[in-house]
Amino acid sequence: MTINKVNTHIVPIEFEYHAPGSLDEAVGLLERYGEEAQILAGGTDLIPQMKQRKAEPKHVVNIKRIPGLACIEETPDGFRIGALAKLRAVELSPQIKEKIPLLSEAAQSIGSVQIRNLGTIGGNICNASPSADMATPLLVLDATVHIYGRDGAKTCSIAEFFQGGGDINLGRGEFVTGFTVPFPPVGAGSAFEKVGWTTFDIATVNVAAVVTLKGGKIDHCSIALGACSPAPVRGVLAEAALIGKEPSAEALEEAVEFIAACVEPRERWRRAPPEYRRRSSKALAMDALSRAIERARRFP
Amino acid sequence: MMEIEITINGRKRRFDVEPNKLLLNLVRDDLHLTGTKYGCGIGECGACTVHLDGEAVLSCMVLAVDADGRTVDTIEGVADVNNLDPVQEAYIEEGAIQCGFCTPGFVMTTKALLAENPDPSEAEIREYLKGNYCRCTGYVNIVRAVQSAARKLGS
Ligand SMILES: Cc1cc2nc3c(=O)[nH]c(=O)nc-3n(C[C@H](O)[C@H](O)[C@H](O)COP(=O)(O)OP(=O)(O)OC[C@H]3O[C@@H](n4cnc5c(N)ncnc54)[C@H](O)[C@@H]3O)c2cc1C
Ligand code: FES
Ligand code: FES
Repeated sequence: MTINKVNTHIVPIEFEYHAPGSLDEAVGLLERYGEEAQILAGGTDLIPQMKQRKAEPKHVVNIKRIPGLACIEETPDGFRIGALAKLRAVELSPQIKEKIPLLSEAAQSIGSVQIRNLGTIGGNICNASPSADMATPLLVLDATVHIYGRDGAKTCSIAEFFQGGGDINLGRGEFVTGFTVPFPPVGAGSAFEKVGWTTFDIATVNVAAVVTLKGGKIDHCSIALGACSPAPVRGVLAEAALIGKEPSAEALEEAVEFIAACVEPRERWRRAPPEYRRRSSKALAMDALSRAIERARRFP
Repeated sequence: MMEIEITINGRKRRFDVEPNKLLLNLVRDDLHLTGTKYGCGIGECGACTVHLDGEAVLSCMVLAVDADGRTVDTIEGVADVNNLDPVQEAYIEEGAIQCGFCTPGFVMTTKALLAENPDPSEAEIREYLKGNYCRCTGYVNIVRAVQSAARKLGS
């Protein structure tokens, strides 16, 4: 383990600090400074990276003074969640707990209360870590990412947003303003599963699943896997194997066999070797699907 | 240098700070409020917990400039020596303090917990205090202290 290899008492790099008050002011700064600029949201990923000199921005652009980016709003089709919504707010929102419990379950699994009081959903996604815990729920729910840039607002599907290898689909000057998260289909059961070194560690593997049943058969199934590939991915082969089947133990066993073909864990990743990730992604997929099915069965 | 204004423990104060200064170091080095501790610097131990606009956060992860215009409360603002807060009393009475290094962080997190949830279950206490490490007490007495503080505040 490499803890305190560097002096984490201070931020050793020097930078200019900006706190724009509007979207356009932020875009102007990000365009002007390009690669030299980095956005600061909750800072729970960025500050440790700066302490370790893994990030050395010359310009830090704090977007928290831009009004309206921390909203959590229910719309007829789902939720609009601002990029600056705190993980703690996502976890505690009574509307989210009731309508999309998968989101609050995943948010609650992140770090500690103090981390969730700082960390934002936008930061979690834009840090582009394959293990980001909000990524798999957004993937199974087919969320949309709202992006702002020089040409104004645009959107992109969450699946297109992750490009793998720590890259996300943002051009120069662009940043994320929020997400639209559709409600899961009526009668859906969902589940989030995660393993890490400790209960508040980054996930070694995480899985989110949404299932609906119709006439005793699986009607809709979506499953996503985190920390098993260069970007969080949907387990499309396993989904296809389940749709139209009765949710029997055999059908599940068969479907999770496809999980290994959906993931590409890398040798050099810390925390666990590829074989561990392959096997635990299969096991967690089994747990998540079983729990989602059980919950879907409770729907009258 | 940047000029910022923070309300610390109820008093509005102005500071000139470099943008890379952490709130933790402003509190400890400039204000000499050394109750807030540096433990790990990477968000894992909770020894640096303060309240920012009333919420428990880690001062080792917050830039001082980011606290501009906001309210910061540290352990020193909780009470004075002759008149301890019920949470502090409970920690002492239940033997939830040994070396005391983690205690300011635990007290600040406990105060945030009891403000949100005045009657937490043991599971809720353990979940809420998950981000605070104590290398001495083994947590059993800390859980008891939180339960006792909840009773004191409730009665
Ligand atoms: C002790 C500890 C435990 C943790 N546990 C977990 C865990 O269990 N699961 C987990 O998933 N994560 C965990 N994390 C990581 C982190 O807390 C989360 O990923 C958090 O959501 C990051 O959000 P933030 O607002 O703090 O991001 P920041 O640090 O502010 O930003 C992260 C990155 O995204 C960029 N960025 C931020 N917002 C935007 C935006 N709107 N548009 C474009 N780019 C943006 C920043 O430039 C930066 O590169 C943990 C961190 C710590 C320190
Ligand atoms: S010093 Fe801040 S969490 Fe350890
Ligand atoms: S009393 Fe020593 S670390 Fe908690």
